[in-house]
Amino acid sequence: MSSDAHFTDFKSDKQPTWCPGCGDFGTMNGMMKALAETGNDPDNTFVVAGIGCSGKIGTYMHSYALHGVHGRALPVGTGVKLANPDLEVMVAGGDGDGYSIGVGHFIHAVRRNIDITYVVMDNRIYGLTKGQASPTSRQGFETATSPDGTVEPPVNPLALALAAGGTFIAQSFSSDSQRHTELVKQAVEHDGFGFVNVFSPCVTFNDVDTYDYFRDAIVDLNETDHDPGNYGSARDKIMDPSTEHIGVLYQNEDSVPYREREGIDSNMADIPEGAPERADRLVREFY
Amino acid sequence: MENDLNWAIGGEAGDGIDSTGKIFARALSRAGRHVFTSKDFASRIRGGYTAYKVRTSVDRVESVVDRLDILIALTERTIDENLDELRAGSVIIYDSEQTTMADVEVPEEMIGLEVPLNSLAEEAGGAIMRNVVALGAASEVADFPVEYLDEALVKRFGEKGEAIVANNREAARMGRDFVREETDYSGQFSLETSDEDYVLLNGDEAIGMAAIAAGCRFYAGYPITPATDIMEYLTGRIEAFGGAVVQAEDELSAINMALGAARAGARAMTGTSGPGIDLMNETFGLVATSETPLVIANVMRSGPSTGMPTKQEQGDLNAMLYGGHGEIPRFVLAPTTIGECFDRTVEAFNLAEQYQIPVYLTADLALAVTEQTYRPERFDMESVEIDRGKIVEGDEVDDWLDEKGRFKAHAATEDGVSPRALPGTPEAAHMTTGLEHDELGRRTEEEDVRVEQVQKRQRKVDTARDREDFDYREFGDSDAETLVISWGSNEGAMREALGMLDDRGIDVRFLSVPYIYPRPDLTDEVESAEDVIVVECNATGQFADLIEHDTLTRVERVTKYTGVRFKADELADEIEAAIAGERAPPEVQR
Repeated sequence: MSSDAHFTDFKSDKQPTWCPGCGDFGTMNGMMKALAETGNDPDNTFVVAGIGCSGKIGTYMHSYALHGVHGRALPVGTGVKLANPDLEVMVAGGDGDGYSIGVGHFIHAVRRNIDITYVVMDNRIYGLTKGQASPTSRQGFETATSPDGTVEPPVNPLALALAAGGTFIAQSFSSDSQRHTELVKQAVEHDGFGFVNVFSPCVTFNDVDTYDYFRDAIVDLNETDHDPGNYGSARDKIMDPSTEHIGVLYQNEDSVPYREREGIDSNMADIPEGAPERADRLVREFY
Repeated sequence: MENDLNWAIGGEAGDGIDSTGKIFARALSRAGRHVFTSKDFASRIRGGYTAYKVRTSVDRVESVVDRLDILIALTERTIDENLDELRAGSVIIYDSEQTTMADVEVPEEMIGLEVPLNSLAEEAGGAIMRNVVALGAASEVADFPVEYLDEALVKRFGEKGEAIVANNREAARMGRDFVREETDYSGQFSLETSDEDYVLLNGDEAIGMAAIAAGCRFYAGYPITPATDIMEYLTGRIEAFGGAVVQAEDELSAINMALGAARAGARAMTGTSGPGIDLMNETFGLVATSETPLVIANVMRSGPSTGMPTKQEQGDLNAMLYGGHGEIPRFVLAPTTIGECFDRTVEAFNLAEQYQIPVYLTADLALAVTEQTYRPERFDMESVEIDRGKIVEGDEVDDWLDEKGRFKAHAATEDGVSPRALPGTPEAAHMTTGLEHDELGRRTEEEDVRVEQVQKRQRKVDTARDREDFDYREFGDSDAETLVISWGSNEGAMREALGMLDDRGIDVRFLSVPYIYPRPDLTDEVESAEDVIVVECNATGQFADLIEHDTLTRVERVTKYTGVRFKADELADEIEAAIAGERAPPEVQR
């Protein structure tokens, strides 16, 4: 695939309605840059988005896109990619879309190892519905629906992905534009399910997981001796809740995408002339 | 009676009832006889009684009747379960050497044939061939040459090697020889054969085969009785045509995967039964709003909730017509015969793409799991036409760009159908959404745009009504005062009932309707009849409600919701009672 598309070609003329300062601006810019820098253009790109602030991304980007129902973006992306392997498929969602209503699909998309990229804008809050606890909210987080603090501990999406057999698991920070872009790019280039959880702060409803908090807490794996090919090291980093890592936590270099395992290589949109006649032998099977 | 034979094998689930029955059905079909099969799963008794029934004739058969001529009973319960179908002269084959069958009392005037199935099977090479010995014995009783079983045995056991096939052939012959030589049974049946060459298939298989022929290349589904057969049929076959089947983690995923594949341009399908339809409803609305062509097969079973999963019902009509919040344009096609499952499936894929709309393709359980013989040319692949609708590419894209060069994927055209650019088409990148959107597919809440888009989506249905031939099929006496209307699998039983009613001097005009929405307007037909009776397998008469709504005329309802399909003779009685105004509320059969 080669294209001389610039990342601004992936921008639509619709102005985002995200709150000023929202982490999703940076997350989206990184996605557009990653797509352009991996040789894609809007005509061969399919973006799938779910519901929530993150779901608006299909409107603000320019490409083929579907803004679907809540929590089901990954199955849509799976269908798009299997039907036409030539398309670059990027699925975007939030922590509510991906880890609450859609968590079942997340685990299965990971284990299927479909060759798509999944970017989750994780702000640890429900923003569009104005500030309820999300599955990644910290335990004890006070919100409109949890005035005495949330009871449940947060889910660990990276651990879910690892346990489900993930082959590319990364985490980034939306305001670290260069690093974020680089990580999404690696996810796009990965031969299989490229998963990037993005710290994408909500400036309106989350006064805990703020830009300042993340700047302070983040440890970049590039500055450690972590080797993404080392499963044990990945597991230890992922299971350590006290540190906010960014970087590639785990990558399986031997990853074989679903399509290859199943031998799916044609563009199913093409129905050649004479296709029905080819089915004639199916009738004879019923003798 | 000689040429119309009703045969059954029954036992416990796990006794190989289905595959044994299918060997016999296939052998009959190879002998040029018509076959119509049905399956019994009695859920009122624990323990899993199951039976496979075959009705066969040299003439076409499309229904079941209340009669059993030959029964292979592997358990005592099998006899009890079928007492009301057994008649004087019916032959019951059983193995009295089995301790569980030692005390069997064959009802008076019936013929009990004690055949040591197990011992003979062991002699032939293994007790596992017990059912094949029984097939041989039953063939002798029916005066049906056992050699016809050979080809069906190869089809069933060929993969296991020649020795196994040879053993089974021997087992069949031992069953035959035992009846010939060791019993004093003298023939009362005689099965004519013919030179016709039939294929034998069920509704699910007809749908699967038609899907491939129609260019369907992507199927996602979650296993559910009785729709799983479609997925299993496609798996291992669709790949050779460049397609794929994905077993999704649930029905929510299945319909969304199919939606994704359809947006990418593939002819895509998902299939399920009632509980899955409920789960798919939210995405169903998205399919319609995003104007994505999609075929959704709903193989109906008894509801609500888990209901009776292996039982017949036509209870989902309202769910398919009205399911989902908001107002969702859709098509609902309901084939009435196994052969028609093929035609309507092909049509469903064309309609979905021509009108960029979700299409329900529904078969009831009786249609889906019943096998029937057809001449192979009934499934004429050369007559299958693929019409992909308004797909635009190359320069055609230019006609649909706005002043800023943006593609109008939801252009509000005169016929309501917009141009469709498949992903990968240069200069036509666009989004769509489940939110109300403008012509570009972008969110809007502007009143005039909202109204324009609602109207254009609904206009597609009006266009289809004008362009397509959504008609009924007519049988019986077109001048009769009594009009019977039905949908789904009742057609076969009703057609046979017409003959029975005719014998009783009752003339009936019968309309079988395969199009539920849009559907033919039956106002003239209903108004010109004296009695109007709507036949269907549900409790409330959902199709009858539609007819009343359309024609503003009250109709009689003949309904059945026991979980068992209508039989022809039963239906004839019900119609006669309805005409006389004597029809009692539905009662439990048996």
